[in-house]
Amino acid sequence: MKLIILNDYDQASEWAAKYIRNKILQFRPGPDKYFTLGLPTGSTPLGCYKKLIEYYKNGEISFQYVKTFNMDEYVGLPRDHPESYHSFMWNNLFKHIDIRAENTHILDGNAADLQVECDAFEEKITAAGGIELFVGGIGPDGHIAFNEPGSSLSSRTRVKTLAQDTIIANARFFEGNLSKVPTMALTVGVGTVMDAKEVMILITGAHKAFALYKAIEDGVNHMWTVSAFQQHPQTVFVCDEDATLELRVKTVKYFKGMMHVHNKLVEPPSSGQKKN
Amino acid sequence: MPSNKSVSDAPITQFVNCRILKDHKLQREDLWVREGKILDPEKLFFDEQGYADECVDCEGSIIAPGFIDVQINGGYGIDFSQASEDVSSGVSFVAQKILEHGVTSFCPTLVTSPPAVYHKVLPQVKVHNGGKHGAGVLGFHLEGPFISTEKKGAHPEKFLRTFQNDGLQDVMEAYGSLDNVAMVTLAPELARSRSVVRELSQMGVTVSLGHSVANLSQAEEAVQHGASFITHLFNAMLPFHHRDPGIVGLLTSDQVPAGRTVYYGMIADGIHTNPAALRIAHRAHPSGLVLVTDAITAMGLPPGRHTLGQQVIEIQGLHAYVAGTKTLCGSIATMDMCIRHFKQASGCSVEEALEAASLHPAQLLGISNRKGNLDYGSDADLVLLDDALNVKATYILGEEVWRKGP
Repeated sequence: MKLIILNDYDQASEWAAKYIRNKILQFRPGPDKYFTLGLPTGSTPLGCYKKLIEYYKNGEISFQYVKTFNMDEYVGLPRDHPESYHSFMWNNLFKHIDIRAENTHILDGNAADLQVECDAFEEKITAAGGIELFVGGIGPDGHIAFNEPGSSLSSRTRVKTLAQDTIIANARFFEGNLSKVPTMALTVGVGTVMDAKEVMILITGAHKAFALYKAIEDGVNHMWTVSAFQQHPQTVFVCDEDATLELRVKTVKYFKGMMHVHNKLVEPPSSGQKKN
Repeated sequence: MPSNKSVSDAPITQFVNCRILKDHKLQREDLWVREGKILDPEKLFFDEQGYADECVDCEGSIIAPGFIDVQINGGYGIDFSQASEDVSSGVSFVAQKILEHGVTSFCPTLVTSPPAVYHKVLPQVKVHNGGKHGAGVLGFHLEGPFISTEKKGAHPEKFLRTFQNDGLQDVMEAYGSLDNVAMVTLAPELARSRSVVRELSQMGVTVSLGHSVANLSQAEEAVQHGASFITHLFNAMLPFHHRDPGIVGLLTSDQVPAGRTVYYGMIADGIHTNPAALRIAHRAHPSGLVLVTDAITAMGLPPGRHTLGQQVIEIQGLHAYVAGTKTLCGSIATMDMCIRHFKQASGCSVEEALEAASLHPAQLLGISNRKGNLDYGSDADLVLLDDALNVKATYILGEEVWRKGP
């Protein structure tokens, strides 16, 4: 596991965006070789998406040969509802970049048969050759995607009933009206994300500090589903100072001491490498 | 890339590098158009997996909804009220010329005329969409003849009429037909006007109050019966008085039925309305302000002397004088000038200035479901402007109909 500690949210976002940029560039995607990217929604990845859009507009990267798979979507919320994750992805990423619609995949929470939709999503991931890089965020209770506390760590894409905490937390997006918050969602499973070649988790803010502690310093536990990635061979946690408040000084010092090594991962790829 | 043929095989145009006026704000968004309508790109992306066939680089322009002029008497030497045998070619000529002012639809306006003129002229110009040939016609604005003798302004007194009957009988006698009529300006103090106002409104003809000596309660009563506009506020009506504010008082009246808005026309050419009066109206009732040119024959003509009908006029800057005098003979400002002047004089935002020439007139005419805004599904009538609000290009139903030369 790598733990990347940046000063604040903006720096963490930029670091994550550069990491994604470099992964896409190093992969050299093309018509016969798509880069597959798992993507989250929510407030945490916004800064990262802004940076990716900037890199696209600067001509540093293209999404022409990128396939995306989103983590989750509400059940029963109209697709064009401003709080749907379709709307989120369109407004915060897709409309700004050159990705093609047929290469984006978001679970359909209005499908006639939800489990069939979930199974088909898994099949699409497999057909695309699996996910190269799955980017995720977490809730304060350590949930990844909508894998609420207690979710099986080997779960696959499925229908999930939201925890009361999550519903209350999301009420602010639905005019503060609890009855308007969807109570179910489709979500990739912890196992689905575990299958990705690489996983990057963004954790920022003091309110997520305890979850970060649970994620990396405590044991693997289905009550903190993000802790499952302790067993993933290629996981990067990207966090800000605030999110480290519950970590041991020793842990923070160790990973901060490695920043000069880890920062090499986000250096701009040399132009010579690009050419050939 | 081709768009999705299963929904529509019509080409899709994407305007990029622009700021579009939407939801009362200028927003950095692209604008998508298909089959003359504004397209929801999110629906296109997710439902059709479709893309633009053509990209128009707007070079940072503002995109506003096409301007709508609900009061224009003519221009470029043409007077719509001069019943020639071929009024429609005169209207078409002006319609084509005003594209460069960003006007994409308008109401050709006739001043008080004898019935014979209405009978001859009205059938000649049908309501129609705009295009390369010119701005669309939304229907006539008939200003008179049911107006006040005292406030007749330049209208010929001998042709003024009153209502002899309740209902539309007198109206039909004068006009012949209401088929191509969008708006009628009348004086609400005329006896038996109440039922006329009500019946016209029910037919979908906008009733405007003007050329009138009505007091406030008469004006309010007309509004309660369906009137929704004030013709060139302050002009040809009683001046504001604090014990009876007259028609002007409608701007702050508490007798306007809930959910209704009274709109008012403003000639913001810097000459016909003092900037302070413009500010008073705007601050009292910003959402009702509709910019009109009230342009006459001389609009669009170069400076100097021109012979128009029986009259010789002299154009100096924005003033049109009866030649050899200092008597103003009408407005010659163009719509884009009025917008710039209104913004500068009132200190309002760019958004407010543009909406006064697009959204508000569309709301007034009850066509805001398709015109006057850039909502998805609305007609793609567009004006591209620079930051100083000079028109760079005009589009009607998605088609470029005018572009400023290099």
